[in-house]
Amino acid sequence: MCAFYLPGGGVSEDIEQFREEVRVFIREALPDDLRRKVRREHAGFTPADTSRWMRILHERGWSCPSWPVEHGGPGWSFEQQYVFERELALNDAPHVSVFSAGMVGPALIEFGTEDQKERFLPGLANGDIILCQGYSEPDAGSDLASLKCRADRDGDDYVINGSKIWTSDATWANWMFGLFRTDSSGRKQHGITLLLVDMATPGISVHPIPTFEGGEELNQVFFENVRVPGANRLGPEHEGWSIGKYILSLERFGSAEVSRTMAMLDRVREIAAREPLRDGYLIDDADFSKKLVRAGIALRQVELTERRLLFAADDLGAEASLLKIKGTEVQQQVISLMVEALGPYGQLDPEDMSARDNAPLPDAAHHAGKVCFNLRKSTIWGGSSEVLRNIIARSVLELRS
Amino acid sequence: MTEGLTDDQKTFADSLDRLLTDTLPFARRQAAVATPGGFDEDVWRQLVELGCMAAAFPEEHGGLGGGPEELMIIGEKFGRHLVTGPFLASVVLGGHAVLFADSDAWKARVLPGVAGGTKKLALAWVERQARHDLHDVATSVRAANGRWVLSGRKDVVPGGAQADVIVVSARASGDRRDRDGIVLVAVPADAPGVVRLDERAHDGNRVSTILLDGVEVDETQLLTTPDRGLAVLERVIDHAIAYVCADAAGSMWQVFETTLEYLKTRQQFDRTLGSFQALQHRLVDLYIDCELSWSMVLDATQALDTPQRRHAVSSAKVAVGESARRVAEEGVQLHGGIGMTMDVPVGHHLKRAVVMNASFGDADHHLGLLASSPVSRESNHV
Ligand SMILES: Cc1cc2nc3c(=O)[nH]c(=O)nc-3n(C[C@H](O)[C@H](O)[C@H](O)COP(=O)(O)OP(=O)(O)OC[C@H]3O[C@@H](n4cnc5c(N)ncnc54)[C@H](O)[C@@H]3O)c2cc1C
Repeated sequence: MCAFYLPGGGVSEDIEQFREEVRVFIREALPDDLRRKVRREHAGFTPADTSRWMRILHERGWSCPSWPVEHGGPGWSFEQQYVFERELALNDAPHVSVFSAGMVGPALIEFGTEDQKERFLPGLANGDIILCQGYSEPDAGSDLASLKCRADRDGDDYVINGSKIWTSDATWANWMFGLFRTDSSGRKQHGITLLLVDMATPGISVHPIPTFEGGEELNQVFFENVRVPGANRLGPEHEGWSIGKYILSLERFGSAEVSRTMAMLDRVREIAAREPLRDGYLIDDADFSKKLVRAGIALRQVELTERRLLFAADDLGAEASLLKIKGTEVQQQVISLMVEALGPYGQLDPEDMSARDNAPLPDAAHHAGKVCFNLRKSTIWGGSSEVLRNIIARSVLELRS
Repeated sequence: MTEGLTDDQKTFADSLDRLLTDTLPFARRQAAVATPGGFDEDVWRQLVELGCMAAAFPEEHGGLGGGPEELMIIGEKFGRHLVTGPFLASVVLGGHAVLFADSDAWKARVLPGVAGGTKKLALAWVERQARHDLHDVATSVRAANGRWVLSGRKDVVPGGAQADVIVVSARASGDRRDRDGIVLVAVPADAPGVVRLDERAHDGNRVSTILLDGVEVDETQLLTTPDRGLAVLERVIDHAIAYVCADAAGSMWQVFETTLEYLKTRQQFDRTLGSFQALQHRLVDLYIDCELSWSMVLDATQALDTPQRRHAVSSAKVAVGESARRVAEEGVQLHGGIGMTMDVPVGHHLKRAVVMNASFGDADHHLGLLASSPVSRESNHV
């Protein structure tokens, strides 16, 4: 269950050289507007921005850190991938596309046909393909295996009818990777098939569902006789559950978002150093600065545990779920501190601050609250904290109900 | 939740609840928030007719002779139904500032209008450098040739956008952080030199920055003497805190009840979610938070005109604020994906809780006040 040492603790010269190389690249290649959005905790950040960044990274051969060289990846070691991700976050750069580089690419490399690799990998790597994930349905959330959206065989094609919900970024996506019901005769985990669906196919309609803070990421997607060629099936028919879960396990791992939270915590510190309190600044206040320290410790626990589990590769099972549970908790704690740091200004939801040159508000008032509300999602999606606890109870602790 | 209320108060609470249920279903509330003023004028008129604006003012000023308990009843219902509009701003803050201050002329001039729903007031006290400290006042009011000149900047003024008259805390003498030397000044919103920049708060209410650029006022607009301003301001803010605690408690009960209902019906894994023990315990914790918070609301409300006021109010602000935040976050979480959506109320309750925590001093501020007050150095079990 646990490794007894912290691998990668000793810092090699090579890795520091690599780190420096990444930093220099970001300094030169990261467009200012993207940097600004990242520094505003990604407020207003869109899949088009990710695409743009993927294109820039792709030119350098760095858009898909985990891919092997033969498929166009950089062939980096775990340590290098880890450092790369950290440096992106700490230098205000966007993450690589999680769906493309982190999830569907690796799944295609593992399970895809040669034809599929040729058709999809280049577009995933250079940002041309924007993906959405069609798993959840109105009645299949935590109980994902009960999904009902049907893909019926018709000659070489599948014909999809039904709907998917909570589909992030479906309005931007040109492809969906989705789980569909191809057989309902057996166990509910059987008879699920993973299909890659061209979002331009006739019969697909996308209905946005605004989030409560005003975000535009969520959608419901309706399918009416949507025809998908059999060549777009990833893995064997009816066996999509295990591939879908494999992809989800990749999502779960990066989703502790330690690096992003580190950067966020740094920015809370910067805000606290500017917000006035009595005759000094908030950062001088023992109560508040201890909260920052406490959040830093909580984050460090996740970071160290992530390192320990990440580098003990053969041990990577359900334990990884604990990283998401704790990582998202700290993330929510840190963004709440950002709102708290703003004092009375934390209640504002300013539309447009450009007209306020004569009476400026704290910069972060523009985004901290919205992002704080939006990040309530992190404990719900990609395996809710409750579902992950169930997984740990069952698979790690071997408890049965 | 109606324990200890008189029959009249219970009838009032029921009528108000019915009015809001009938006239302000959630979709209409959302439409109202999207209008320029951020509230439903039609519902507002009916609230005036029901006596909400008049309830807490003495009869001599056009009120119905109630007090803090009436504010508590209204707060609880407004929190449940996510009511927006300048009630807190005009009745609780502006109205009570005038009521507690010392100018009979201004009471006669504005309070009947506030109680009758024809006038709106606001109170401007937050400054950029002050964070949550009421006595940190840089806005100045200085005598010049027999007139007074008011200059400075006030931020996040609730209802500033709608107010006819704004009561401003200003420094007549002393240093920025002196407790002495603060006066309350009544300023017509259309006075020359007053500039308003309107913003939205997360809860849908409108708040403004008020720039005061050499606004001329005369002696009669000073509502307090310099040795009284802070005491009046603290008393008003404490009334407002008791009120927003009641609002937060109503909001919590609503979140708890709807989440309970949802988990009783939502099915996953061929069972209702409410049948999972892990979730049952979470709901029980929400319920406990609601009960504990309501006790704090009652205590703060009843202490408002007693020597225990400061202690009870700060205690309630800490306890209810933290509970409200936790309950709303749990409400979102337990709803799952649908809890993140605009068209379901639970997320809007979370926004309200965040606004409540950011206003009138956060937990650290009130813990600081409590810890440094002599009362906390001795046993205070009563
Ligand atoms: C912002 C956002 C983006 C999303 N993006 C996508 C996407 O791109 N693609 C996609 O397919 N899906 C997406 N989702 C959906 C997400 O995966 C689901 O919301 C999640 O699986 C929960 O399902 P549900 O919403 O139906 O909640 P429910 O399953 O109804 O759960 C409600 C609550 O009950 C808890 N619960 C459920 N079962 C148990 C149990 N057995 N024991 C204890 N607690 C339990 C849950 O944890 C949750 O708190 C997204 C969701 C959000 C909020």
